Amino acid sequence: MTSALGKDLLDLESLTPEQISLVLDTAVPFKEISERAIKKVPALRGQTIVNLFFEASTRTRISFEFAEKRLSADTVSVASSGSSVSKGETLVDTARNLEAMRIDMVVIRHGASGAAAFLAERIESNVINAGDGTHEHPTQGLLDLLTLRDHFGSLEGLRVCIVGDVLHSRVARSNIWGLRKMGAEVAVCGPKSLLPHAIAELGVQVFPRVEEAIEWAQALNILRLQLERMTSGYIPSLREYNRVFGVTRERLERAKHEVLIMHPGPMNRGVEIDSDVADGPHSVILNQVTNGVAVRMAVLYLLAGGNPELAEAAKGGGER
Amino acid sequence: MPQSIRDVLLEGGHVIDPATGRDEVADVLLRSGKVEAIGRNLGHPDGAERLDCTGAYVAPGFIDVHCHLREPGREDVETIATGARAAAAGGFTAICAMPNTEPVTDNQAAVGFIIRQASRVSAARVHPIGAISVGQKGDSLAEFGEMVAAGAVAVSDDGRPVVSAHLMRTALEYAQTFGIPVIDHCEELTLAHGGSMNEGIVSARLGLKGIPSEAEEIMVIRDILLARRTGGHVHLAHMSTKGSVELIRWGKDRGINVTAEVTPHHLTLTESAVEGYCTAAKMNPPLRTAEDVAVLQAALRDGTIDLVATDHAPHHYDAKDREFADAPFGIVGLETALALVVTELVDSGMIDFKTLVDRMSTRPARLFGLPGGTLASGSIGDVTVFDPNFAWQVDPATFLSKGRNTPYTGKTLRGRARYTVVGGAVVHRAIEAQSR
Repeated sequence: MTSALGKDLLDLESLTPEQISLVLDTAVPFKEISERAIKKVPALRGQTIVNLFFEASTRTRISFEFAEKRLSADTVSVASSGSSVSKGETLVDTARNLEAMRIDMVVIRHGASGAAAFLAERIESNVINAGDGTHEHPTQGLLDLLTLRDHFGSLEGLRVCIVGDVLHSRVARSNIWGLRKMGAEVAVCGPKSLLPHAIAELGVQVFPRVEEAIEWAQALNILRLQLERMTSGYIPSLREYNRVFGVTRERLERAKHEVLIMHPGPMNRGVEIDSDVADGPHSVILNQVTNGVAVRMAVLYLLAGGNPELAEAAKGGGER
Repeated sequence: MPQSIRDVLLEGGHVIDPATGRDEVADVLLRSGKVEAIGRNLGHPDGAERLDCTGAYVAPGFIDVHCHLREPGREDVETIATGARAAAAGGFTAICAMPNTEPVTDNQAAVGFIIRQASRVSAARVHPIGAISVGQKGDSLAEFGEMVAAGAVAVSDDGRPVVSAHLMRTALEYAQTFGIPVIDHCEELTLAHGGSMNEGIVSARLGLKGIPSEAEEIMVIRDILLARRTGGHVHLAHMSTKGSVELIRWGKDRGINVTAEVTPHHLTLTESAVEGYCTAAKMNPPLRTAEDVAVLQAALRDGTIDLVATDHAPHHYDAKDREFADAPFGIVGLETALALVVTELVDSGMIDFKTLVDRMSTRPARLFGLPGGTLASGSIGDVTVFDPNFAWQVDPATFLSKGRNTPYTGKTLRGRARYTVVGGAVVHRAIEAQSR
């Protein structure tokens, strides 16, 4: 069966705007399912899905697990830490084992950029990238797009600024691709030591100070700043980061317009984002989480060959 | 090396020998393992083997001053024998083996081992390179004198940079006692740390940590300045950036004894070869931009970069078949070097065959004080006879090297060694020439 998304979802860089719209549109009926008392439809009944998480993750893994279970798939989660080298079993062998078990779909999160593509090239199962190193996190990008579209109605011409450690962020890269493909204007803001050297070549504006970013943007996607960045010399301290780049209520109030607040989570309250901003009236952070399950249901459904028109019907319990 | 008592007459080839200025169709007569005479319609002694060289170039044997033979320690991936045979198949009559073996080649016994292993096989000559520091740890000097006496032709900690400027300075001074070059792998480790490809737009898109050009250039200028202070000969391994070329030119303009090499892959591939996380294109220094490639090609042409060296680095296929960041650096190169230079540099008009021979034979021999590099009468009988137009497709399964890690699989190249002659003995015959 041919899927509208191809065999795998590895990145947003290779998707067309039509494919992205398809996922977002398909997610809408699946969101409704999550509001019901019985949150289950048989769309993927009989499908076996493995969640292969080589990096610790709570929210993404649970989000995928619920997406799979709500579609009635049989799902197993494997949590494993460290690279395949330190584990002793190579990713190649892991791939071959999965194929031997005739798994239908694999959701993989791994610390190495390119790991999802590596797996996808070697097995016939559908592969969904749940985050590979610092490369991409396509379902996060998609749920961010859905959240923005819900709020603003359209992504065309929307001004979105990604704030924080763009250099090490797969969420940032997926957002940059997804937003630009949908016609949005994208900017990044952060200390130069945390921006890729070639960032301007990715087609984004660069703001050196967060005040300028806030003035320009209709929405901010605030990235988590990791403690390790401080210890490896990219910035001097988290305190200084908050004082210079933190999204605070004072900074937002100085802007002449309302700015939507997004964050992929988990948040470092008081570092990249202050609590009163995260919990404030312009924050859609929890909407992102809700949309996450729906978007993942849509992706799994479409990759399994689900007919987008039948997604509405799937709500009512029909076969795919 | 088995002594060939048979005379060899190389007939009708186009002889190019920049060292003597010869550039004409002529016969070459080898007797007792040496070049006896060159001329038209040379008579030949009875019993001489006659090799038909019509349509081919006849050059002093090519010399690769930088390759990794993995023995001792990683014989599963390459041995001195398989490496020397691969070299002969690639048209090389001599190769210099880097000392980052297991254990490291940092003493006379280890150097002697390599010499002995090489003598057991009839293929390219192998000249060992000794380590600069004991264990290549970068702390104390290895015994240059004893290693040279055992056969080492240069010293290097390649695989790694010489981190300490003081050690590099001392090595450059001490090496002058023995008249050998000090070869440095130029990499500033704190800048390069964790990087797996060139830092640029491709690394930004792929989410891979990049190695900026400056990681190489900082050490290049450091080494050039130390060569100036000490008067020693520093040879810069595998140059990859246009900035390095500028610095080398700066040094040469001031009469500093700096020489440099470039690999065939840095002359022909860019960072875009990594797309799709292709580990076959992962090496250190990494492939850079089209601009760097253009500058390196021009530098080879004008001689700022002195010679072509392969940095042949075989790896087990398992090792390369993994996540990009975890895969080891390096590709093989002995069997594709000549064809790459012919196809991408000569056929494109960037350099001519005379320059090719100069950069692959004349200069390596002269700059490293090695025998050969010329077909002057009385020289050792190391000759490379190659077909410039022979087209073939790269298929690693046919390599004589144990290593199959090449980014050129499936590529059609022109140029192949027809005969490789070492000390007057034919150590390699191309398949298509075997019936002649």
